[in-house]
Amino acid sequence: METSRLTAPAGRTEHGPDGPQGPLMKFAVIVFPGSNCDVDCHKAVEDVLGQPVDYVWHTASDLSGYDCILLPGGFSYGDYLRCGAIARFAPVMDALVKAAEEGKYILGICNGFQILLEAGLLPGAMLRNRSLKFRCDQAALRVETTRTAFTGDYRKGEILSIPIAHGEGNYYCDEATLADLAAHDQIVFRYVGENPNGSLDDIAGICNRAGNVVGMMPHPERATSRLLGSEDGRRMFTSVLNAWRVKHGTAAVSGA
Amino acid sequence: MARLQSAAHEPTADQIAEEKIYRRFGVTDEEYDLICGFLGRRPNYTEIGVFSVMWSEHCSYKNSKPLLKKFPTTGPRVLVGPGEGAGIVDIGDNQAVCFKIESHNHPSAIEPYQGAATGVGGIIRDIFSMGARPVALLNSLRFGPLSSERVKYLFEQVVAGIAGYGNCVGIPTVGGEVMFDESYEANPLVNAMCVGLIDHDRIQRGVAGGVGNPVFYVGPPTGRDGIHGATFASEELSEESETKRPSVQVGDPFMEKLVMEACLELIASGIVVGIQDMGAAGLTCSSSEMASKAGNGMELDLDLVPQREPGMTPYEMMLSESQERMLFVVRPEHEEQAKAIFAKWGVPCVKVGRVTGDGRLRLLHRGEVAADIPVRALVDECPVYRKPSRVPEYYVRNAAVDTTRYPEVTDLDGALEKVLASPNVASKEWVYRQYDYMVRTETAVGPGSDAAVVTIRGTRKALAMTTDGNGRYCYLDPEVGGMIAVAEAARNIVCSGGEPLAITDNLNFGSPEKPESFWQLEKATDGIAEACRRLGTPVIGGNVSLYNENTNGAIHPTPVIGMVGLVRDVDHITTQGFRAEGDAVILLGETKAELGGSEFQKVIHGVTEGRPPAIDLDREKALLDALLEAIRAGLVKSAHDVSDGGLAVALAECCITGGETGFGPDGRRLGGIGASIDLVSPLRPDILLFSESQSRVVLSAGADRAEEVVAFFREKGVPAERIGRVGGARLSVRVNGRPVVEADVARLAGIWRGAIPWLMNG
Repeated sequence: METSRLTAPAGRTEHGPDGPQGPLMKFAVIVFPGSNCDVDCHKAVEDVLGQPVDYVWHTASDLSGYDCILLPGGFSYGDYLRCGAIARFAPVMDALVKAAEEGKYILGICNGFQILLEAGLLPGAMLRNRSLKFRCDQAALRVETTRTAFTGDYRKGEILSIPIAHGEGNYYCDEATLADLAAHDQIVFRYVGENPNGSLDDIAGICNRAGNVVGMMPHPERATSRLLGSEDGRRMFTSVLNAWRVKHGTAAVSGA
Repeated sequence: MARLQSAAHEPTADQIAEEKIYRRFGVTDEEYDLICGFLGRRPNYTEIGVFSVMWSEHCSYKNSKPLLKKFPTTGPRVLVGPGEGAGIVDIGDNQAVCFKIESHNHPSAIEPYQGAATGVGGIIRDIFSMGARPVALLNSLRFGPLSSERVKYLFEQVVAGIAGYGNCVGIPTVGGEVMFDESYEANPLVNAMCVGLIDHDRIQRGVAGGVGNPVFYVGPPTGRDGIHGATFASEELSEESETKRPSVQVGDPFMEKLVMEACLELIASGIVVGIQDMGAAGLTCSSSEMASKAGNGMELDLDLVPQREPGMTPYEMMLSESQERMLFVVRPEHEEQAKAIFAKWGVPCVKVGRVTGDGRLRLLHRGEVAADIPVRALVDECPVYRKPSRVPEYYVRNAAVDTTRYPEVTDLDGALEKVLASPNVASKEWVYRQYDYMVRTETAVGPGSDAAVVTIRGTRKALAMTTDGNGRYCYLDPEVGGMIAVAEAARNIVCSGGEPLAITDNLNFGSPEKPESFWQLEKATDGIAEACRRLGTPVIGGNVSLYNENTNGAIHPTPVIGMVGLVRDVDHITTQGFRAEGDAVILLGETKAELGGSEFQKVIHGVTEGRPPAIDLDREKALLDALLEAIRAGLVKSAHDVSDGGLAVALAECCITGGETGFGPDGRRLGGIGASIDLVSPLRPDILLFSESQSRVVLSAGADRAEEVVAFFREKGVPAERIGRVGGARLSVRVNGRPVVEADVARLAGIWRGAIPWLMNG
């Protein structure tokens, strides 16, 4: 950086709601009691994409109006039991499973990732961080695959700076599952340099076989402007918009 | 009065009088007589309990009130001053900032995790009960030396408690300070601050207006936890304190999050007449204060109060400090609307009483009157004491101590490493990495720089915020120490690009019953008041924590200043680290031989003695005004206050935290840049490098503008010297041409970052 001055996020979004690119992609941010990154996810969609985004209450039973569903971070139901263990029984989860089966785009961030694991939409489980302490920091991630709906705008092998903030992000699965994840190109991000939580094989994020459901511990919505310290998370959002547009035959947008 | 109920196992009003049972609650004989006068009879057990908490120092400020009156509390920007849950200051565009600091020292000494966690919970409620959306948390912590296993346990658990609560509620913990000194052994200080944002037309007050209006109880059921917490906070810790563990409350941050969202939704609906949190003294304090502010009374039917355990007595319900509870008043026609909001969030909300016009707090229980007290007597009639004050002997003795008499330290590389490794100076990364400081995605500058900066969505504005206090300075000279606490906070705000707005103060002192301790309190409040007047930062609220003592005597007097500043434009945000190769390093202010109370004096010479650094508030003000102007004009690339550890530490920190950000291709963290410094001074090099003279700032500027910057400051009467250039990988310092420090920045960074983890794990 040339100076210590930091630039504010642009007051405009890259794609106006009635942009020339065609129809609008509709986003949902699911709000569980205790979600606390719901607002941040909402802001990220507004600021990066300018696409319509709704908060959807955990009691909703229909997600058919949405193209992409975000499960935000936080402490659903207090996470006094295993993280995400109660949220998986929320009424909205049936609709979420249905959306996943229909190929809708689903991104679970932090607590949202934990919920996807508990719901069985992604394989594996979370253990407490190896340090047994909550850890908030910038983390270095390597993009391991660009085939998912959320990583198409990255380059494979690229190093990103994305924040983490969790106490239970130590991803674990059995050997067969790990082999399976590797064989089907389902490991999306790995930590490089330091592994902040002790996760198996340095895993930071994974996807399902189809690549439409992604779960990750780091917070891309916290890396959307220079003012916040990194813009490396923006392409998670542009990627999914592009994936959706390609699928619907409309023009692609450029990356961040 | 025969109709007054008394539970079977409780002492009767006559027993309380005859056996002087009230003394156990900290009520004096004189106060007891006053209470009898207000009631026109002897109080029953519930009533004496209610009086004792409302008349405790924690709730009544009976010992500190005359001193607090000295504080300037008004100003063109102050919208709400002391007396409400939290103060509020205008920041333009119909927006305002609401903030307050509060202590939870005694609970944290006994049960550190819950003590600290519920301290955070309480201060968050103070903010949202004003109608403000909490946007940031800070804290200020003091512990004994980390060589003690007990201290390590307290430190570890306090940090975990703060993290556990704040992280779950989803409010970023963006800043704070931690210091270690023998004086806090067994009496740690845990002060938590919360900052909120509010629109002018949304400001709420805790008033029980409108006779006949229903009173609602919100939150989890009342249990037997925290009974007499306020009284506990108003006495010294002792061997017996351990038995008061039940006085410590248990927190539920998940419930807090739901209560917060529901209350903010309720307030946004516009139907609230008055709302207040149940903090210290729980239901007692909230009900009587809300009634008092409206000049009304309140009648509560305790049978309707949700109860966690069967068989709770009125005494227990009124004195419980169960957490995450609120009290609010609406008009009868809005009852159902209010209930629906809480039902949506799954938060219990029950009508427990009504506002009355007779000015009395009347408690009904099982068909009888359990207490009947004039509200005014509880809230306004507590006697105020002016305790005797005496200059301590140590203070007189210290006048003669020459802090330049120590043998010269010639290995300054070694001294710098030792001071950087002191946990007071070392990186607090071990602490703040446990706090979610980024949630809400508004944190432009997180922990570890001079002040934290939080942006305001939809505007170009931001808030700078900091907590500061130096117990050693205050011990050596409480008046100067009080001034420095305010000045340093202001310097941190300005170094970050903000204009200081106002302060909240947390006065952590020893027992006011001891004349020497009271003198410290008196002098420190004089200093704070004077600095606030001169620097234009009124006091908009705060907290007093007295009786901080352990078996070795009182703690160092430790006023903590929480300050918030306004950054006009996010382009003004400035951080401490040097930016780029070739930039000029400029030192503002004058360095004198001032080692009293310094980190160097403690670490190298093992003492805290003499007088602290002097402060000239006019010079400070000139520095702050000029620096803010320079930052706004775009002349400054980085700015760092020179404080603990003096110039040597300030330069090392500018180097360690400077340079590139992000990661290399191998995932290695980037950062760190060297500097080459040339100082000219008649002072001995060890004193020059480690003196803690006030009103100094290290800044960097583009080399092409260095002359302009120096001239700019000098023109405004602020001493300024170009002392070197940024670059390379080493910090090299020469004094009068002779090399005195030659250190690899990566090595210094390792020492500075590794010190606390090593002490905790090693």
